[in-house]
Amino acid sequence: MMNTDRIEREILLRAPRSRVWRALTEGQEFGSWFGVKLGAGDFQPGARVSGPLTCKGLDHVTMKFTVEQVEPESFFSYRWHPYAVDPDYDYEQEPTTLVEFRLDEVDGGTRLRVVESGFDLIPEARKAKALEMNSNGWAIQMENIERHVSAVESRG
Amino acid sequence: MSAQSSPAAEVFAALGDPTRLALVQRLSAGGPASITRLSDGAGVTRQAVTRHLEVLEAAGLVRGLRQGRERVWQLERDGFTVAQAFLEHVSRGWDEALERLRHFVEDEPGEGGSWA
Repeated sequence: MMNTDRIEREILLRAPRSRVWRALTEGQEFGSWFGVKLGAGDFQPGARVSGPLTCKGLDHVTMKFTVEQVEPESFFSYRWHPYAVDPDYDYEQEPTTLVEFRLDEVDGGTRLRVVESGFDLIPEARKAKALEMNSNGWAIQMENIERHVSAVESRG
Repeated sequence: MSAQSSPAAEVFAALGDPTRLALVQRLSAGGPASITRLSDGAGVTRQAVTRHLEVLEAAGLVRGLRQGRERVWQLERDGFTVAQAFLEHVSRGWDEALERLRHFVEDEPGEGGSWA
């Protein structure tokens, strides 16, 4: 049975820990891989960070998060509203999820662990709505699969 | 489910449609149902509902069992919920973001890169 409250990911990056840390906690750096336009500067605990998403199809969406903890080169966390892509929906009343990044120096680079937790408190209706919006959401690349599924559909 | 190359991808491709998502929610809340019952109030034709159910079936989400003259549809996965689909969806976003992070920190020409 799948845990529905949290997501855990681990990735080995062939880059020094200091490099990964900068990519995670400096605004412009974070923005360039995440796909959001953020101002320059290091994230500070308590800071509210926001900027427009840069990925195709989501550029009307402002991404926001509030920095929680910053422990140089080892731990960084923030809270946000997951998949908050509907500009007409007020997410502020809802619980947030917590995103945590842990860095460890390992042979050959840096191990990064990402945990996002708190999904069980997000209303079911909101999750359903996010799935509905999927077709014009993150997953532009999903269009290929959608086309594949449609082809199956039309073959009957 | 094991025969599919990417269940998560197929799941949210299949669910990225309001009618199909509503069908899954209905089966999830009300249990197995006939095509007649599922078409009732769906706002689309019975044929369209059947086609949507077949898309969901191809993604491994529902199964149609013949009972007399018509098929009765039920959720294929034990305990399948919108919550799980949502989590798979968000997970997918992280997988993509972390791959971009990998390229970002591994591919730059030297310390500092273009941001120096």
